[in-house]
Amino acid sequence: MNVHYSQNTIERLSNLRRLEAESIHIIREVAAEFSNPVMLYSIGKDSGVMLHLAMKAFYPSKPPFPLLHVDTTWKFRDMITFRDNIAKEYGLDLIVHTNQEGVAQGINPIDHGSSVHTHIMKTEALKQALNTYGFDAAFGGARRDEEKSRAKERVFSFRNASHGWDPKNQRPELWNLYNARVAKGESIRAFPLSNWTEHDIWQYILTENIPMVPLYLAAKRPVVERDGMLIMLDDDRLKLRPGEKVEEKMIRFRTLGCYPLTGAIESEAATLPAIIREMLIARTSERQGRLIDKDESASMEKKKREGYF
Amino acid sequence: MAFAEETLGVDAAVAEYVRAQESKDQLRFLTCGSVDDGKSTLIGRLLYDTKLIFEDHLAALEKDSRKHGTVGDEIDLALLVDGLEAEREQGITIDVAYRFFATDKRKFIVADTPGHEQYTRNMATGASTADLAVLLVDARNGLQVQTRRHAFIASLLGIRHVVLAVNKIDLVDYSEDRFNEIRKEFEAFSSGFDFDTYQAIPMSARYGDNVTVKSEAMPWYTGPTLLDHLETVEVGEHELDAPFRLPVQWVNRPNLDFRGYSGTIASGRVAVGDEVVVAGPGKVSKVRQILVADAEAGEARAGEAVTLTLADEIDISRGDLLSGTAARPDVADQFAAHVIWMADEALLPGRSYLLKIGPKTVTATVTEIKHKINVNTFEHVAGKTLDLNEIAFCNLSLSAPVAFDPYEANRETGSFILIDRMTNQTVGAGMVWFALRRASNIHWQSLHIDKQTRADRLGQKPVVLWFTGLSGAGKSTIASILEKKLHLDGKHTYVLDGDNVRHGLNRDLGFTVTDRVENIRRVAEVAKLMTDAGLITLVSFISPFRAERRMARDLMAEGEFIEVFVDTPLEDCKKRDPKGLYAKVARGELTNFTGIDSPYEAPENPEIHLRSVSDPDVAAEQILSYLRDNGLLTSSQFADTGAYI
Repeated sequence: MNVHYSQNTIERLSNLRRLEAESIHIIREVAAEFSNPVMLYSIGKDSGVMLHLAMKAFYPSKPPFPLLHVDTTWKFRDMITFRDNIAKEYGLDLIVHTNQEGVAQGINPIDHGSSVHTHIMKTEALKQALNTYGFDAAFGGARRDEEKSRAKERVFSFRNASHGWDPKNQRPELWNLYNARVAKGESIRAFPLSNWTEHDIWQYILTENIPMVPLYLAAKRPVVERDGMLIMLDDDRLKLRPGEKVEEKMIRFRTLGCYPLTGAIESEAATLPAIIREMLIARTSERQGRLIDKDESASMEKKKREGYF
Repeated sequence: MAFAEETLGVDAAVAEYVRAQESKDQLRFLTCGSVDDGKSTLIGRLLYDTKLIFEDHLAALEKDSRKHGTVGDEIDLALLVDGLEAEREQGITIDVAYRFFATDKRKFIVADTPGHEQYTRNMATGASTADLAVLLVDARNGLQVQTRRHAFIASLLGIRHVVLAVNKIDLVDYSEDRFNEIRKEFEAFSSGFDFDTYQAIPMSARYGDNVTVKSEAMPWYTGPTLLDHLETVEVGEHELDAPFRLPVQWVNRPNLDFRGYSGTIASGRVAVGDEVVVAGPGKVSKVRQILVADAEAGEARAGEAVTLTLADEIDISRGDLLSGTAARPDVADQFAAHVIWMADEALLPGRSYLLKIGPKTVTATVTEIKHKINVNTFEHVAGKTLDLNEIAFCNLSLSAPVAFDPYEANRETGSFILIDRMTNQTVGAGMVWFALRRASNIHWQSLHIDKQTRADRLGQKPVVLWFTGLSGAGKSTIASILEKKLHLDGKHTYVLDGDNVRHGLNRDLGFTVTDRVENIRRVAEVAKLMTDAGLITLVSFISPFRAERRMARDLMAEGEFIEVFVDTPLEDCKKRDPKGLYAKVARGELTNFTGIDSPYEAPENPEIHLRSVSDPDVAAEQILSYLRDNGLLTSSQFADTGAYI
């Protein structure tokens, strides 16, 4: 149980408390309105905050839904270890789904590139899992400040039976009244962190002491410079190209995904306060480290139409 | 906490930043304006100047500016916020976008809403969660039809703070006269809206004048910049001062020993030990424990997500509304509301929709469109259906009673959405204005609710005003005028009229003496029930016999029965003869007629004696004075609601 911060001296709820309450409201609303919800757990910092909020929302009960991790088989090893520990520690059901057809075809980010890999091992894999288990609602940790097309997405975002998003035909969303009605096969993606920013997330992690994958903190790690990004060698599947050389550098990650697609930044920030200090003087956005957003500026919108989270 | 030790290790700036974050609050505002007023540019400017545009965003922006930009070689800040492909191609905003920026004092959530008429629904969406509205006008064009519409919708949606941003002031040579002209015009037409704060600011979003930095080109302007104003404007939390309301979202039952009711406090405060009541059934219990999120607390307040446990095992489920025992919400299955229609297919009265109010969903029909509102002129117009982006004042009838407050008093418990039952689309948004009288007071079954409680809830003293007098004396006319006056004063009233009651309840009775007595007995009993319900009941009956009036008086508590003798001479009544009854008697078509061939026993000591009334309005005022003088009429808090709508 956490200490409750008394608001007696402040007439208005602080930004973080207001965000926290809003997220809990959304999480409870999904649990109450849907028959078979699931929480997408990507192991990253936003997922960690979302899970923390879910634990609070139903305390002293456990959240009444399982976690789902779509494993592309290319996640950092630290992430997988962390994931299994968290599920055990929180006492939650964890479903891990991998697109076995993709595995059989040998799809990987190194040979097939970010867009094919992401489409088959993430987007398609997610659809498979949602169909297999018949989930009618899926929580995601996406934030509106991440990217332009996200800025227009609803908190309860409707998906048709083939999981597609129609940005021009979104349901109006007023007050805190969320329309949870879906027909058979259709579903809702629910985004409890819609109104959080990257700053809010780190601030909250710090205040609430939320456990994080150690990769967010700077440490000496083996990296190679490729396509203008620092790629960490997490296992021996990343083959060096001619001219590339492995260096030990003090690095950390602002965002975590498949390791060959996720760029590290050089950093000395080995503690949370140090990360916040770095962030205050940051000149680039966090998604900058992701290859999948680089193709063109509307790429996220395209992916989301196809069913990407 | 581990963090405290770590904090000591980092420099003072970070520690200061972290501390500032703890007390930083949040302001949600929306920007609205016509197509080319520069909304997106303004938000882009705020993001740019508060340095929330990162280098990679900027690089993408430069690329986009060359592809879609409308300002030549400069960076087009609007492209930062026009997120969807179609918008960038068309150079317009087609959907609500939410943007974020922060200063040392506040975090801001901006809803950027489109200005075209066909997108009114999006503006309402953005306004529904906003504390403040920034209304943009182009200094060259001045106020537009859209500006009026935006001010009206902002006001309708309960926004109490506005900024009039007179943009593109650079294009009118930073003219003070032009600014004042626009400002005055806006002040004239918006004076009817209930805004708590208002600030007009001349600015140029494109060049940044008076957005975050004071403009050197306008020394005549001494007010704050937009950002200064947004950082400091006091948006008092109305919901904190309102009575306690907790819509129950979720019943938390981890084991047999714990039964918690979870939800977000819509308004007011609650503390351990407080009495709470479930609206509708009226069951009362006490708060035993409060969890704010997962932390035990002695009290909680509006906006917090809590779980309460109560001292008694009472039946509470999702959709119920908890309140304090003193100021309770309305419970009704019919109410009047403003509805904004948001679907291509028109709203049809009589069609069944789903209505979601708080965590409760019921089926509902619009029984009547009272009038539509022209959002540009604010005129009332008649209409049978409601089309996309139209707003109307409607009566709704629900499949089950729900608890609510008027929207004006409580945005959280007074708002609802309508959902199409076939397509599941959100097709309408509504704001409850008031419960319809015929629906009130029929759902209170608990023994714990007594006459006093009900009367307190209605904020009035229940009495029976018993009008007696000859046929044609003016009883019904005076009673009707009096009821209107009481109603306008926010009182809850009912008129029992002799002729009307004989059409239903007393349909089986004739005009023999026996029947006349039974007639009065039944009416007296009904008046007693109504008094018990807390109403001010006006009985308009000839009631010729003292004995029966006595019987009626004895049924009521001391001081609750007020006999009003409408003493009009028989000759005058005959002359007036409003229903042609005296003429019938004269023709011998009617017998047993009071005052002619059946006696009228005049009251000996009526509380109010109205002699030879010539002006019924004066008579009604006389009765009001009597009620006031005897402490039976408390002044109303509801006077003048909604005068401008």
